[in-house]
Amino acid sequence: MIELEYTDVAELRGPLIVVRGVGGVGWDEFASIHLPGGDVRHGLVLEVDGDLALVQVLEGTSGMTPGRIGVAFSGTPFRVPVGPGWLGRVCDGLGSPLDGGPPIFGSTTMPVSGLPLNPAWRVPPAEPILTGVSVIDALTTLVRGQKIAVFSSPGLPHLDLAAQIAAQAHASGGPFSVIFAAMGLTHADALGVRDALEARTAAAELVLLLNLADDPVIERILTPRIALTVAEHLAFHLGRHVLVVLADMTSYCEALREVSSVRGEIPARRAYPGYLYSDLASIYERCGKVRGLPGSVTLLPVLTMPAGDITHPVPDLTGYITEGQIVLSRDVPGYPPVDSLASISRLMRHGVGAGRTRREHVDLAAQLLAALTRARQARELAEFVGTDALSSLDRRYLDLARAFDERLVAQGREESHGLEETFDRAWQVLSTLPRTELTMLDAAAVDANYREAR
Amino acid sequence: MPVAVVTRVNGPLVEVSDLRGVAMFDQVTVKGLPGEVVSLRGERATVQMYEYTGGLMPGLPVEATGIPLSAPLGPHLLGGVFDGLLRPLEQASMWLDPRSREGAETRSWRFTPLVAEGRAVEPGAPVGAVTMAGGLSYLVLASGGTVGSIRPAGEYPAEAPIATVGGHEMTMVRRWPIRRALPYRERLAEPVPLITGQRVLDLLLPVQRGGTTAVPGGFGTGKTVLLQQIAKWCDADVVVYVGCGERGNEMADVISELGQLGDPRTGGRLADRTVMIANTSNMPMMAREASIYTGVTVAEHFRDMGYDAVLITDSTSRWAEARREFASRSGALPAEEGYPADLASAIAAFYERAGRVTTLGGRTGSVTILGAVSPPGGDMTEPVTTHTQRFVRTLWSLDRDLAYARHYPAVSWEASFSRDDESLAQWHDRTGREGWAATRARISALLAEADHLSGIAELVGTAALHARERVVLLGGRLLREGLLQQSALSPTDAYCTPERTIALAGTVLAAIDDCLALVSGGVPADEIESRDFSAVLRAKESG
Repeated sequence: MIELEYTDVAELRGPLIVVRGVGGVGWDEFASIHLPGGDVRHGLVLEVDGDLALVQVLEGTSGMTPGRIGVAFSGTPFRVPVGPGWLGRVCDGLGSPLDGGPPIFGSTTMPVSGLPLNPAWRVPPAEPILTGVSVIDALTTLVRGQKIAVFSSPGLPHLDLAAQIAAQAHASGGPFSVIFAAMGLTHADALGVRDALEARTAAAELVLLLNLADDPVIERILTPRIALTVAEHLAFHLGRHVLVVLADMTSYCEALREVSSVRGEIPARRAYPGYLYSDLASIYERCGKVRGLPGSVTLLPVLTMPAGDITHPVPDLTGYITEGQIVLSRDVPGYPPVDSLASISRLMRHGVGAGRTRREHVDLAAQLLAALTRARQARELAEFVGTDALSSLDRRYLDLARAFDERLVAQGREESHGLEETFDRAWQVLSTLPRTELTMLDAAAVDANYREAR
Repeated sequence: MPVAVVTRVNGPLVEVSDLRGVAMFDQVTVKGLPGEVVSLRGERATVQMYEYTGGLMPGLPVEATGIPLSAPLGPHLLGGVFDGLLRPLEQASMWLDPRSREGAETRSWRFTPLVAEGRAVEPGAPVGAVTMAGGLSYLVLASGGTVGSIRPAGEYPAEAPIATVGGHEMTMVRRWPIRRALPYRERLAEPVPLITGQRVLDLLLPVQRGGTTAVPGGFGTGKTVLLQQIAKWCDADVVVYVGCGERGNEMADVISELGQLGDPRTGGRLADRTVMIANTSNMPMMAREASIYTGVTVAEHFRDMGYDAVLITDSTSRWAEARREFASRSGALPAEEGYPADLASAIAAFYERAGRVTTLGGRTGSVTILGAVSPPGGDMTEPVTTHTQRFVRTLWSLDRDLAYARHYPAVSWEASFSRDDESLAQWHDRTGREGWAATRARISALLAEADHLSGIAELVGTAALHARERVVLLGGRLLREGLLQQSALSPTDAYCTPERTIALAGTVLAAIDDCLALVSGGVPADEIESRDFSAVLRAKESG
């Protein structure tokens, strides 16, 4: 097909071009923009009005001169090839290889914006993904098909944790793959992620998409959508359990705000566009399990809370859409700094227990959290009256909090704990309390696992 | 004559030229996709589209249907799952492709005529009944006139003619424009409670049949679990549950749970008295905007048959945001936080569709509206929350501190209100639950005093309080833990009848009275506080 190329550019503004004199161009169509010297950029149609088309240029408009560029429209939304050819590859934010390999081909292509999954076809998530990170597997277990966010204050090792989960995670029953989509990461961070995931890349279990901090901002808008399009195909056509890590969603939202601002849209909270919720939902809702199909897409968006503020629009709207969050806090010493009392996996109850993890899992998690809450109260009291004035029981709770940090939370960045080890550690922590305090667990579980310390 | 064509496409907003003879809010189609006329300037129209508009371009022809956006109301609704435009989802494909969304209703239903040929019937009178799973009788209502012909009892497709009344052919399905309330004869003033089965609500913050309630709560406060509990256990005949821009996995969870749970009142499944409207957050935004109107229209449809219907919308914030997005695209001047200036009146008009009424056919029915609100950042001063608070009769504010302390349902009794609390308590007293009003008043007073004292105790320490005040503090704890906390996961405690609620309240109050008697007899507060109250606290778990 010979594509019609339009050269009458009426306006260049930020990442936007207005092309005049177009005909037969539809909304949300994909465009390619040809620069003198052979450089080709990509764009999406944001609006068509009569013979004008407003195009958002993914790689930015720098160096463009009206009259010296040609714009061709593809007649369809942006599509990417899908298939197992992605596994083991490292690409940029638009899916072009960075690993020296050939371009990725697939037997078929899919539009990156995807289609909504019929809610009547969804199956409630009920099987675990084990991350090998004890505090997460014990207390905020990931469930296949769910979306759970990692919220972090700036400067905390959330990327290390995300990379560790991506490197170690596994699920029984069916092949497992990971797609790691980086948005706006620094070169140093990206290098760290790439190193941490090298073994998994080599084993052809991982796809890495890297949009770096100095890559075009607008490109970020497509990176998560490419990742999810590839993931949906791997899961629902090839029967794989796919874990998609999206980091950092705050950078993604800033890119969206940038385009919105250039378009002159009316800003909502903190100048983010009014459709931020819908837009985030169009990404986060692309997880799930489907009736009658073997695979699943599990989503782990990672984001920094600007100034540590959980009510900032990005974490706030994310929290409204995701099914739980893992909160990293400065108040937790060591690695990983997971604040267990602020974290929750809403679907965990259905995803653990006999036949999935361990029979006593739900009760064990509830008992640990209740004990931690009590320990926190004891610690606050001790700050006023001194530890000596505490009752002996309260001091045992302080022992539990310490054991919790040392035995269950603290873990090396390359250390993977199996399920047995995680439970062993959790029981060691609970065993710092007198047996009579373990009222939320049944006697059989306590008999089998309780070993009073010292 | 010039053909109406598209001139501009910007997401769900489409502008059309030469659109003649259409009315505001008429439905149009472009390339088979549905849309609705939202503004007219001469022969230029602005249309909001209800599907993804990718590929739509200037020059495409636009067809006017000549009718407003309407929903088909029929026996297929009960037990079904639908999108925001009331199109069935169970028959639709796995991926919701806008171009393959038609699924005509092909099932047949068992119809029994209720009137004879030649009889005159009033508007709203039933001409026949359809037997439904779960025991509810679906009534086919006439628009009034003389019955010309009527089919004998038998099985007919939903869209087959079953009678001629007043010269009009009738089927078991009627179509109604979703933005217009179904008419009724008159509103009823006497308040009758809707029993939710949640103690904190039924006792302290009750809602009446035909009432309106808003449930604001930040994420993680347990809004969805509370609403699902009410959907499962409230004593309404029909529950319409609208997932307006919420999570797909959550909807899947509600659908599967309702499908498994039995309805204790009818012996059928809970799903058989439920209509699910699932327009999740990634489904087309403007269909999400329509979904709450679709939901309330369905509730009114069952109200007209003389049933008590409850509409649950989770959440109205997503509806307001869809309106904001569209207003922004169409260039409307923004009011507070970018919302259009008609936000307050639109919220009021929606909640005003609730009510307990005498129907056109002379029956008594009601629509109760429970609307979840998702305040951004948990900010209770944002526009959707503040406007909603003004128009509802009951407010159940969910509190993050209670939720973090694992106190569920995390309904804050300080930040909530019910404007019908006194009159509904009197109703309980009159109808055989004597002492309800007195018990309620006693508990409210104790909780208020305990909350006040706990504020003081945080400053000066518990030891500085008088012995009686320490016992009141203890009483507050017993009420919270022994009465107001209720586990959605416990088979014995998930639902509580009013009889059990008042019995439990009596048990806890008796324990508090004992303590108060002891302290006034000179027993030290330390000794009372160190007593074992586990029997009182566990009473709610015994069946």
